[in-house]
Amino acid sequence: MIEPILEVKDVVKFYEDKAVLNGVSFRVFKGATKIIIGASGSGKSTILKLIMGLDRPDEGTILVDGEDITKLDEQQLAHVRKKIGMVFQESALFDSLTVRENVGFRLYEEGVDEEEIDRKVREVLGFVGLEDAIDKWPSELSGGMKRRVALARALITEPQIMLYDEPTAGLDPITSRKINELIIALRDIKSVTGVFVTHRMRDAFTLATEYATNGDHEIKFRTEDNFLCIANTRFLLLRDGKIIFEGPDEVLRKSEDEYIKRFLA
Amino acid sequence: MPLSPTAAVKEVQDVSLLAAKAFGSIFRRPHYVRDILIQMELIGVGSLAVVMLTGFFTGAVLTLQTSKTLSTFGAVGYTGALVAVSLVRELGPVLASLMVAGRVGSGIASELGSMLVTEQINAMRALGTDPIKKLVVPRLLATISMLPVITIVADAMGILGGLFTSVFVLNITPNLYLNRAWDSLRYMDLFGGLLKPLVFGATLAIVSCHCGLRTYGGTQGVGRSTTQAVVASSILIIVSDLFLTRIILAYTR
Repeated sequence: MIEPILEVKDVVKFYEDKAVLNGVSFRVFKGATKIIIGASGSGKSTILKLIMGLDRPDEGTILVDGEDITKLDEQQLAHVRKKIGMVFQESALFDSLTVRENVGFRLYEEGVDEEEIDRKVREVLGFVGLEDAIDKWPSELSGGMKRRVALARALITEPQIMLYDEPTAGLDPITSRKINELIIALRDIKSVTGVFVTHRMRDAFTLATEYATNGDHEIKFRTEDNFLCIANTRFLLLRDGKIIFEGPDEVLRKSEDEYIKRFLA
Repeated sequence: MPLSPTAAVKEVQDVSLLAAKAFGSIFRRPHYVRDILIQMELIGVGSLAVVMLTGFFTGAVLTLQTSKTLSTFGAVGYTGALVAVSLVRELGPVLASLMVAGRVGSGIASELGSMLVTEQINAMRALGTDPIKKLVVPRLLATISMLPVITIVADAMGILGGLFTSVFVLNITPNLYLNRAWDSLRYMDLFGGLLKPLVFGATLAIVSCHCGLRTYGGTQGVGRSTTQAVVASSILIIVSDLFLTRIILAYTR
């Protein structure tokens, strides 16, 4: 039987006596993407923080690659975090470091050779299309560029799992599209498992209906049709800390639930 | 907003925990030598001007004030002795620490607070780096190591300020002033005067880091943390000075 790479079991999380998450359980298999949607304050970002070990659940367990991370201390979490990359809502770039230092942060910390860091930083910046911005400061970048640098920073050590916390929030449609394409490429070309949190349905459906293939010199993006249906990307809808829907986009669109219909409208 | 007794106890507990973690991390790898040196420059070299000015004018004013009292006993010649002892034992360490608390404490709290509200601290943790080792320990070590140096500068400038007033206002010869100052100082005065900034440095670094790392409420919260860092470290410096002075005097009689 295939074991999930990420499993959240009966997780409960309180903030000041209010249950932000109330018995949340789901599994993500290797190479798959889980799109978590829900209104503001429904606990979407909290799930990502719990998976990354930035916060602890009050009840329940979280298994990353079969290891329960809820029992680990900050030092023990370090090796789990090497398997996970995270893109924060507002990029969270270190504003006193250049793009090179931001992207190569993890490698500098590990004491990797300077030349090797430069090579890897250029490679990953090339993937997000920002090789020219290597010596810029975060304050010199636009919102979309910052998100792409944040994506590059998370990807530098080739993590098995990527967590995206509203990576397109506040961006224009063209820049959002660029970010979504990068996430699709990571899923389909590099088989990176993903958890994508958003309340922008347009971005969510792009991820659920489009796929990437390796072209001659560039990555090509196509929409699923009668011959190919994307099966590795599923939705999870949160409402008041509870999962009220889990399944593929086709079922979500046809749901008769009043709340879901209003949410999708 | 006044603190409830429970919140006050929790605050003390959090500060103690941070101090324990920070001191415990000093000897654990990795060691951020570059960050420590950068902080030493920011804290040490950056504070020199303000501490030199404060030291000089405090010494000058202290000389004027004490000479008036000493003149009633016909002992104006002892001004140098009184000024030197007061500065080295008490005013140098306390004033230098208060100046650094105002300048550096606010800087530490606002920098860490901004990093917290913009999720840079979480990003650092997500990238596998311990913020206590990377951010708190370098600031703690830099403050502890630079504050005694800054205190020596403040003491020297204070004595110089006193010399200036003595010579140009009180008409005391430089030799008399400096000889009295030199003769009055004991090694234990220097020991006490350099022990205090070590304790004050640790206090202001830990309190400022704590205030920065528990910031909430966006940019307004950063402002609040900055104010709290300066107020709390200044009060703690003055209160701990009383206890330290009592202990030092008890052992140096």
